Amino acid sequence: MSWETIIGIEIHAELMTNSKIFCSCPTDFGAAPNHHTCPICMGLPGTLPVLNEEVVKLAIKAGLALNCEINLLNKMDRKNYFYPDLPKAYQISQYDLPICKDGHVDIEVDGEKKRIRINRIHIEEDAGKLVHLEEEPYSLIDYNRVGVPLVEIVSEADLRSPQEAVAYVKALRAILQYAGISDCRMEQGSLRCDANISIRKIGQKEFNSKVEIKNMNSFKELLKAMEKEEKRQRELYQFGEGFKVVQETRRWDSAKGRTIPMRSKEDAHDYRYFPDPDLIPIVLKEELVTALGRQLPELPAAKSIRFTDAYGLTEKEAEILVGDKALGEYYEGVVGLGAAPKAVSNWMLGDLLKLLKEAEQESDDIPIKQQDFKQLLCLIDEGKISGKIGKEVFTEMFKEGKSPDEIIKEKGLEQISGTDVIEKIVVELIEKNPQSVADYKGGKPQAVGYLMGQVMKATKGQANPQLAKELLEKKLNAI
Amino acid sequence: MSLAAMTIEEIQRGLAAKEITAVALVKAVFERIKEVEPQVQGYITLCEKEALTQAEAIDKKIEMSVPLGKLAGVPIALKDNICTDGIKTTCGSKMLADFVPPYDATVVKRLKDADAIIIGKVNMDEFAMGSSTENSAFKATKNPWDLSRVPGGSSGGSAAVVAADMSVLALGSDTGGSIRQPAAFCGVVGLKPTYGLISRFGLIAFASSLDQIGPLTKTVYDSAVALEVLQGKDPMDSTSKAPQEINYVEGIKDGVKGMKIGVPREFFQKGLDPEIAASIQKSIEAYRSLGAIVEETTLPITEEGLSAYYIISSAEASSNLARFDGLRYGYRPEDFEKVEELMEKSRTDAFGEEVKRRIMLGTYALSSGYYDAYYNRAQRLRRKIREEFKTIFEKYDLILSPTTPALPFLCGEKSDNPLEMYLEDIYTININLAELPALAMPCGFSSTGLPIGLQIIGPHFSEGKILKAAYALEKDLNIVGKRPQWKEEA
Repeated sequence: MSWETIIGIEIHAELMTNSKIFCSCPTDFGAAPNHHTCPICMGLPGTLPVLNEEVVKLAIKAGLALNCEINLLNKMDRKNYFYPDLPKAYQISQYDLPICKDGHVDIEVDGEKKRIRINRIHIEEDAGKLVHLEEEPYSLIDYNRVGVPLVEIVSEADLRSPQEAVAYVKALRAILQYAGISDCRMEQGSLRCDANISIRKIGQKEFNSKVEIKNMNSFKELLKAMEKEEKRQRELYQFGEGFKVVQETRRWDSAKGRTIPMRSKEDAHDYRYFPDPDLIPIVLKEELVTALGRQLPELPAAKSIRFTDAYGLTEKEAEILVGDKALGEYYEGVVGLGAAPKAVSNWMLGDLLKLLKEAEQESDDIPIKQQDFKQLLCLIDEGKISGKIGKEVFTEMFKEGKSPDEIIKEKGLEQISGTDVIEKIVVELIEKNPQSVADYKGGKPQAVGYLMGQVMKATKGQANPQLAKELLEKKLNAI
Repeated sequence: MSLAAMTIEEIQRGLAAKEITAVALVKAVFERIKEVEPQVQGYITLCEKEALTQAEAIDKKIEMSVPLGKLAGVPIALKDNICTDGIKTTCGSKMLADFVPPYDATVVKRLKDADAIIIGKVNMDEFAMGSSTENSAFKATKNPWDLSRVPGGSSGGSAAVVAADMSVLALGSDTGGSIRQPAAFCGVVGLKPTYGLISRFGLIAFASSLDQIGPLTKTVYDSAVALEVLQGKDPMDSTSKAPQEINYVEGIKDGVKGMKIGVPREFFQKGLDPEIAASIQKSIEAYRSLGAIVEETTLPITEEGLSAYYIISSAEASSNLARFDGLRYGYRPEDFEKVEELMEKSRTDAFGEEVKRRIMLGTYALSSGYYDAYYNRAQRLRRKIREEFKTIFEKYDLILSPTTPALPFLCGEKSDNPLEMYLEDIYTININLAELPALAMPCGFSSTGLPIGLQIIGPHFSEGKILKAAYALEKDLNIVGKRPQWKEEA
């Protein structure tokens, strides 16, 4: 019997505003606990929220970037529930009239293109964070994050595998980053992702019970968690235990590598949504939407096409560079300085990505200056250093942040292009290796290769190989 | 006459002519408080020291001819649901018995800017839920006209301290009649402005879409002065609105000649005290003699408003009061194991019966499966009421009605009967649902010497017209200055 996996994704992305959604507290990550709070975001009695216009603008941009329809009339609602991280005991969100609806994102998995529909995007405020101390019997609460603006982006249940789901989130992240809507840092929690997974027999129309999984902090974990949940459900259905798949929320435990039940359908809250009487309806003008649409920069799909057309990159290369906004910008920066597009791509996708990964560094934090990158490629081009030495210099540049000239000088890596020096070495080697000379003369041109190796060894790889070869052949022929 | 009995108008004149000083005024008010507060029980917190310091500063300003604010030297009492920076703000609840806000409500800022002097914070029904001020967690305020009776509520403290000359001006809040009903019971002028005219920032919410701050004063003129200071669009309150008139005092003496006043017959049916009906009738005659055209008219859905009101206000309250969970401020029980228990115990111990009743009612009305039948239906009714008023105001400038169906009742008389207590609001709640302005003022006295209140209702932002009409009647009836008589032994 064949089964298929049905996945829908809910994404919470923090918006890149300077201040919170209903007060003027800053939104920066990493402040001392409770330092970014005020009577308003702490929900002190008598305080009132006033909607930050920037939030509305960014949400509209998100909608336009994701091909949504914008609801010119929308409103804020209260979602009521008691939890220590929620100071008003309700979250201001949007219920039946979200700001955007009916959009889509295109993804590609294993060469197959697919359109994923977006059901809605709505605005809401973030909650605080509970801090559980290892050895203490109590918890602490950090309210810095309370009132940080979010958009929640809800997909339709169009995804059919964990791989598709990851591709969808990656595509969405790239778009949100490009449009300047969110920095989407999963590890800092500015992009959070919940997956709804169910399994059904192929051909079956109705959906089976879905399970929501939460708490995945990286793409790797997202994929692992979905695969694990998919496997759990599949096995239950296959072995006649399908009744055990119930509607529930499960938490991904990355240390244990499995999902753990959090709450069942029976524990589900009745959120008692109703329009927030402290806020007036959001009435948007068509002109504002149009103007915001014009402000949108080039988005990943268009950029990818341009990269293949203008720079001669393969689709795969373009996709990797464009899929990470910072990486793509860096690439264009170096190419813009006059470096060869294909060479830059090769160096970035090979050496640079490897170095970033080893150093666990983000692509928006590349320590090599764009000018130095270009300079290195020039030096190789001009024959000042060999490609092999170039790799060594590149690694040094990444680690020390120095220019290639500095490194070459410090380490004495400059290619030896002086004819006198190389000629002297060549003459010595010919004298020391009569057998190779005899081979060459006897009609074995590959003997040159051995002698070349000796030249490079004697110069620690710094001899200009082209020059060395020329001189070597000239001397041999002259014998 | 004691300085404590002065009106804002008299204080403005007296200070300008240097006949009185702010310090003398504040001292007189505190003397009066010492004298009658033990019987009236109007205040929760007094700020004598701060008030005197403030008065000295104002006298200094006068001495140095520094320009003064409109309410310079005017002693003011604030309902205890209006946040004051550094001064305890209890909402009449055990929940907030020790709550000291770190900020001032916008109205408090405006009052301070206008050089008013805060005397203290006054008693109220817990979280403004009630019509007798008996729901306070701290004490029951008494009606200065008859200490065996209630002062009305929920702004009972505000009305009682003004009536008893323990303050010249008081702020109250009105969600369904909470300024007007106590004003009627205590024989003072109470104004509930158009929704949004006065900022709610810093008013601890009961029902956000209905709550409105307003002044309680001894005269209509004083109400006009106070409104000028209090009103205005506030960037901290999205629901606040810019006023259409800046100056209410200027045209207050214009009279009512040619004004069309409607009197809906539904307000005069079953349950209305005959003495109140007679008193309103006298006022109608007075208006006619002053040149107004007064006609009987109809406002059919008067009674249905009551259920819509209790559903909407309780629904909003259930959400507004959810933040009181014992975690960050307010009451916290001593023993608890887990956070859920802390929340549950805090709310169980610290909320009073009436507050719990409304939270239950509101939670139920918003629950899935009941939302349409209750909350949505109530909202539809609310729109209908608004439409009905709109229609009637196409024909009339103002509407006249009694403020309450009955005279001030005895303490404890309705405490065990919430439904009967809710009926107290029958003439006032629809005005909140329609977001209209309305003023309650004394228009006579019962045979037993209790004040009778009249209500003037106008279309949105018609406060100017309402104040003119009220001023004309007040002058004609000549009842200003009549204050409760204190027996010698009291």
